[in-house]
Amino acid sequence: MSRVRSLVAPVGVTVALVALWQLVVQGAHVHPWMLPAPSSVASSGWESRSSIMTNAVTTIEEAVAGLVIGSFAGVALAFVISLVPVVRRAVWPLVVTSQTIPVIVLAPLVAVWFGYGITPKVVLVALTAFFPVTVATVAGLAGADPELIELVRSFGASSSQVLRTVRIPAALEHIVAGVRIAAAYAVGSAVIGEYVGGTSGLGIFIDQAHRSYRTDSMLAGVAVIAISSIVLFGLVGVIGRRLTPWRDNPTPENRLIGIDT
Amino acid sequence: MLEVRELRHSYGDIDVLVVDALRVDDGAFVSIVGPSGCGKSTLLRIIAGLVAPTAGTIHIDDAPLPTTPGFAGFMPQHDRLLPWRTVRENAVLAADIDGVDRSVSSARADALFERFGLSGFEDAWPRALSGGMRQRVALLRTFLAERDLLLLDEPFGALDAITRRRMHGWLQEVLEADPRSVVFVTHDVDEALVLSDHVFVMSERPGRIVGAIEVPEPRPRPPGIVTSAEFVERKAQVLALLESSDG
Ligand SMILES: Nc1ncnc2c1ncn2[C@@H]1O[C@H](COP(=O)(O)OP(=O)(O)O)[C@@H](O)[C@H]1O
Ligand SMILES: [Mg+2]
Repeated sequence: MSRVRSLVAPVGVTVALVALWQLVVQGAHVHPWMLPAPSSVASSGWESRSSIMTNAVTTIEEAVAGLVIGSFAGVALAFVISLVPVVRRAVWPLVVTSQTIPVIVLAPLVAVWFGYGITPKVVLVALTAFFPVTVATVAGLAGADPELIELVRSFGASSSQVLRTVRIPAALEHIVAGVRIAAAYAVGSAVIGEYVGGTSGLGIFIDQAHRSYRTDSMLAGVAVIAISSIVLFGLVGVIGRRLTPWRDNPTPENRLIGIDT
Repeated sequence: MLEVRELRHSYGDIDVLVVDALRVDDGAFVSIVGPSGCGKSTLLRIIAGLVAPTAGTIHIDDAPLPTTPGFAGFMPQHDRLLPWRTVRENAVLAADIDGVDRSVSSARADALFERFGLSGFEDAWPRALSGGMRQRVALLRTFLAERDLLLLDEPFGALDAITRRRMHGWLQEVLEADPRSVVFVTHDVDEALVLSDHVFVMSERPGRIVGAIEVPEPRPRPPGIVTSAEFVERKAQVLALLESSDG
């Protein structure tokens, strides 16, 4: 019941905004190339549904593969950074610097190195995903409650036992939070990779729509990107809660907007 | 037998602890009472091997205490349950660290949940428990560590008076069935006198032992003992010691 009620406000606002958009476009006779009405966005999306589907599958595959690879790489790097101080000092500045390169600049470079298949897109997503995961994991491993660490040490725990019984479980919810942030950007990064060159994907679809002045198709593609991102974000949240069953369940409102407390 | 000799501890320039001698016989229940900040928790953490003292030694049966922690069953001031472990998994924590097989340690834990008033909650997460129950899980965890010496730091400090009295009866029962040596820190004089064979009184920081009261009545003791003449007399002695140690 409260789950249903929590849907009322966001759905209401969205419906109102779309209705307003429709009215403005119709009333002010805006040229459809400038801003098509939501109804024409919907109908153009429906007409090209099979093309959108094929392209969306490509993009989602790239996003998921990149997210998985980037997350595992991020966690692995975080463990090395956390456990080997020399590596932390040597590698951390590089890790941070790597994040100052905009994805839009990285994309053509990655294409030069990996060609125009699915690989460069996956690499691009992985490169954007690993950073938030690394940062969150490092923070989680370092931030474990010192009182809990003292407790397990009082029973004679070695440092690897402290890692297993306290640091890793304490880091887990941070890791989940990091992957959620990465998930929110994953589809977008895949699309940027496609923009640089490729044969399939929502980026290609939108680029083609752009070239043929079909703003309505472009917006339909944008809507699919947004929906895919939200679904991926939500999916990571669901998996994350499965991995950390000891945590309080979020309230329905917070779950809806993806706040996981 | 545990013996503390010429123990000194300072944090930086601040002297916290000056304990010349403290003895805990095997199977004895010893309480330490003293004002907040006098160094009681520090003393327990030194005995637990978690903090190296500035000076002095601790001996177990005339051999120096091992230099690594793990010798005693330490129950810190807050329950410190691991949130990602169920009640049962928290209870067997020490056994896990000792490398005991889970099937063995779980069976041992399962035999005690009822006595610790936790049956039905074996698979619950700590966040679902009341303060009193969390405290009992922490105590069960300490018992299941199978150490001969237990160090309990204000285990009932966070509980209301009624629950606390119930826990006293229950702790005595548990110890009667499974005797251990106990060092029990509290600032509740009644609690110390009901539970202990010896009550040591500490001064304000730097904590030194300013007196010891023996309670000869056999344990377990009924809660009504607090109204007996001897008990009231001893309580007056402890309060006088606490009073005289001011400043
Ligand atoms: N890790 C620490 N570093 C510096 N000072 C400390 C530390 N732990 C405790 N103290 C100080 O030492 C004194 C004794 O603390 P504690 O042993 O916790 O006292 P009690 O348990 O009797 O209340 C207090 O003044 C406290 O502030
Ligand atoms: Mg204390």
